[in-house]
Amino acid sequence: MIEKTDVIVIGAGPVGLFAIFELGLLNISCHVIDNLDKPGGQCAELYPEKPIYDIPSRVKITGQQLTDDLLAQAKPFNPVYHLNQQVEKITKLEINEWIVETSNNKKLQAKCIVIAAGAGSFVPRKIPIENLDNLDGKKILYAVRNKSLLENKKILIVGGGDSALDWTNELSKIADVTLMHRRKEFRAAPDSVSKMLELENDKKINFLLGQIDNIEESKNDKLKVIVKNNEEKIDLEVDYLLPFFGLKMELGPIANWGLNLDENLIKVDTEKFETSVSSIFAIGDINAYPGKLKLILSGFHEAALMAQQCFKYCYPDKKNVFRYTTSSKDLHKKLNS
Amino acid sequence: MKIKVTDREGNKHELEGDTNSTLMEVLRDANLDIEAACGGCCACATCHVYIKDEWLDKISGKDDDEESMLDQAFDVKHSSRLSCQISLSEDLDGIELELAPE
Repeated sequence: MIEKTDVIVIGAGPVGLFAIFELGLLNISCHVIDNLDKPGGQCAELYPEKPIYDIPSRVKITGQQLTDDLLAQAKPFNPVYHLNQQVEKITKLEINEWIVETSNNKKLQAKCIVIAAGAGSFVPRKIPIENLDNLDGKKILYAVRNKSLLENKKILIVGGGDSALDWTNELSKIADVTLMHRRKEFRAAPDSVSKMLELENDKKINFLLGQIDNIEESKNDKLKVIVKNNEEKIDLEVDYLLPFFGLKMELGPIANWGLNLDENLIKVDTEKFETSVSSIFAIGDINAYPGKLKLILSGFHEAALMAQQCFKYCYPDKKNVFRYTTSSKDLHKKLNS
Repeated sequence: MKIKVTDREGNKHELEGDTNSTLMEVLRDANLDIEAACGGCCACATCHVYIKDEWLDKISGKDDDEESMLDQAFDVKHSSRLSCQISLSEDLDGIELELAPE
C-alpha cells in the first residue's frame, strides 16, 4: 500500500521538525522519516543534556528540550513519523510526484521531498580493521535482529554504553556471554550496570578488561578475537562478536539520487533552498550555498523559505496570502484546537 | 605556535596553531581527516588522537565526560585524548600527536 501526503521530510532533527511547522502553516501535510528510533537527530542522540545558547529567545536550552518543544510545536499539524528506517530509493512519477521507499519496505507518495538529514543517517560505528567486510552481519553483528541466532552460542560483547550493557544482560539468559570493556566503569544507565555486575558475581556472564587488537576467521566457523590489555594479548574464540562503539553519521543512499553535490553536501539556491532537481529541497546542515553557516537557526530560516516554494508545488492554482501567525484566525483555530 | 601531526597513512604535517582554538579545530581546519561529528562539545569520539608522551603532562587532564566518551573510541591508549577538549596555549608550541584509527 502506498501512503499519500504532500511533503516527505527526510530527517527528524530540529530543522526537519520545524519544517513540519512551517509547511503546516501553509496547509501542507507531512510524513517524516528518520533512521533513529526517536525524533531529534543529533540534538537527541549526541547531546540531549548539553545546553545550546544560540536559539533566538531561548537563553539556554538542552538538545532534548529543544526537540520536545519542536515536537509540540509541530503536533497541531498531525505529522506522521516513520522511525527506525532509512530512505533507500526515490522515483519520480509521470504526474510529477515522488515515490519514496524506505528500508522497512514502506512506500510513500508526495509532491515534494525535503531533505533535512543533517550530516546523514546515524549508523553503527564499525571496527576500523581492514578486510572485515565478509564477516559483517555474519559473525560480527552491530545490531541484533534475530536473538534466536545467538541461542547457546559463545558471544563477545564489546563496549561500555547502554547497548553493550543491555545486550549483555538480555543475552545472558540464552547464551554464553563475555562482556569486554577497556575499563571497569560504564557509561550505561546505573540500573543496567548493577544488573550486569550482579550477573558477573553470579558467574552468569564473564567480564574481561581489554580492547580488540585484531580479528581473524578461525576453523569451525568461529571467530578468533585477539584481545589486548596493556601489553598483554590473549586469543578468544567465539561464535559471534557484538561491538558497540556508538553511532556515526553517513550520507547513505542520498548520494545516489542524482542531486548536485559538493563533497557530502547538497547544493541549493538561497531563494527556495531547492536542489538541482525540482521539487526536492535540502535544508539544515546537509545543504551548501555561499556563506552557509551550520547553525540550527539557519536551518529554521531555510525551512520557512522552502515552505513558500513547496506551496506552489502543492497548490499550483492557489495564491499564497502571506499572513503572520499573530493575526491569522485560521491559524489560531488550528494551533489552539 | 606549531603543531606536528602524523596522519593515519604516516604522513607528517606541521600546522600553525593559535591559542584561541582547540586542537580539534586546527586539525579540522587544516582538512586533516578528522570527523569531529559533534562539533566539539565532547559528545562523540570522532576527534580521537594520541598525544606524544612527553607532551601529556603539559595538557590539563581528562575529565569524566571525556573519559566516558573515549569508551566509543577504538584502540584507546594511555595517550588517547579527544582533541576538542584540548585548548591550545603557548606552552604547547611544538606539540606532537597522531590521528587515531577511525
